[in-house]
Amino acid sequence: MNSLFNILHTLFDTVFDVLPILVIIVGFQLVIIRRPIPNLRKVLFGFIYVLLGLAFFLEGLEIALFPIGKLMAQQLTDPAFVYGQVDDVVQAMQWRDYGYVYLFAATIGFSTTIAEPALLAVAIKAKEVSAGAISIWGLRIAVAIGAGLGIALGTFRIVTGAPLHYFIIAGYIIVIIQTAFAPKTIIALAYDSGGVTTSTVTVPLVAALGLGLAATVPGRSALLDGFGLIAFTCLFPIITVMGYAQITEWRQKVASKRKHSTGE
Amino acid sequence: MYGYRVSVQTGIQVKDFLLPFLRSLLDSLRNLLPILLVISFFQFVILQQPIPNLGEMLYGTFLVVVGLTLFIQGLEMGLFPLGEAMAYAFARKGSIIWLLAFAFALGFGTTVAEPTLIAVAEEAAKVAAVGGAIENTPEAMDSYAIGLRFTVALSVGFAIMVGVVRIIFGWPIQYLIIAGYFGVVVMTMFAPKEIIGIAYDSGGVTTSTITVPLVTALGVGLASSIKGRNPMTDGFGLIAFASLTPMIFVMGYGMLTG
Repeated sequence: MNSLFNILHTLFDTVFDVLPILVIIVGFQLVIIRRPIPNLRKVLFGFIYVLLGLAFFLEGLEIALFPIGKLMAQQLTDPAFVYGQVDDVVQAMQWRDYGYVYLFAATIGFSTTIAEPALLAVAIKAKEVSAGAISIWGLRIAVAIGAGLGIALGTFRIVTGAPLHYFIIAGYIIVIIQTAFAPKTIIALAYDSGGVTTSTVTVPLVAALGLGLAATVPGRSALLDGFGLIAFTCLFPIITVMGYAQITEWRQKVASKRKHSTGE
Repeated sequence: MYGYRVSVQTGIQVKDFLLPFLRSLLDSLRNLLPILLVISFFQFVILQQPIPNLGEMLYGTFLVVVGLTLFIQGLEMGLFPLGEAMAYAFARKGSIIWLLAFAFALGFGTTVAEPTLIAVAEEAAKVAAVGGAIENTPEAMDSYAIGLRFTVALSVGFAIMVGVVRIIFGWPIQYLIIAGYFGVVVMTMFAPKEIIGIAYDSGGVTTSTITVPLVTALGVGLASSIKGRNPMTDGFGLIAFASLTPMIFVMGYGMLTG
């Protein structure tokens, strides 16, 4: 009974979040476009499915995933766990001690990105538009690897205290170089995939990890150093998605060359 | 390969509906498998603890699976067709001004009430208060947070608008994005130190789960309805702008208030 109430509450929140979008769409539809939407009934049902689905999804995450994920982030960053003993923390502090934190960051980044509904939506669309050349799982795995790498590197940055913008600017330089060489058809999609990795599933867990680290690593301030993980999660998928396209293209070239040489 | 396209029409047989639905439930479960594996590995092997409240975990996972399945069905039935229908309608009407107004409104409206953004803005206000950029009072922090939210929403509205202009004229996306990167780097040199982390993160929190499919369908729909545009190279990219401009605008906000 209580849980049903919670779902209804989440549903209400979701509807409230969507209200601006609805007002804008209905407003433009009625005042400017003045044309009926094809299959209006089906579209309305689809909208209701999306709202219901998101409410279930968020409530489920709140029950199953977020509590244990946040607790884990806390436990893994706890100095007692990291150093074994709390006595001489400050002298013993070394970035190598945080091995499990990096592993957790990479794997939780990868797995939450796979479950991200916004990424799934973009992957479905990309498959449709590319006539199957880009596979749903191929794109999602490429993005998830990027997100995992990004978050792991981001936690490393918090531990070492290196300035955030050095990493981001270095990432930009890699993106610009890759853009010059990557297949033209992938570029826009790769840029997009940075923004879709960070929504419902990833952000709360990543934020908990960043906050936990910044609060417990000696010399870091939770307020100033906790930020920046999301930026890493947005940047690295761009690199891995272009890399994925480059590898695919290269393999096709090699395969066709081989076919060509045996044909002669 | 994917069982997502479930035909839903009125008066359909229960069997025709139920089987594909079960299949998409299994697909959704597969999407969650990595998380379950990671959590179990760390809980049992590294932290060596049992799973607390196993029953609740299973129930929550069940809700997530059902929710994801419904969401994907609704996506194909509602959000994608809606975004595309509006793109076609605007293209047929031929009024660029109204299209741009719609693009701006969509970007602004979906961002200003975004829950993650609200949380980040409140956190940022705390940072500003501790750093001494604003007074350490609840009123000053509130007005700072609201100012930040409107800044980000404004930047996303602007981004979607620029992105739509790019699709209409077929400009290559990389020049605009690289110019944006330069903007970020230049602003980083001048912005107050405390705002940089928040600014960089603000790019990622703007794009919500409902906005992304709508905006993607709008872009792809526009690119396919305008002659000479390729939906693959021109249709994508709106989200990329929406995650880039907030960084520049938020650093600008930090310079003005700091």
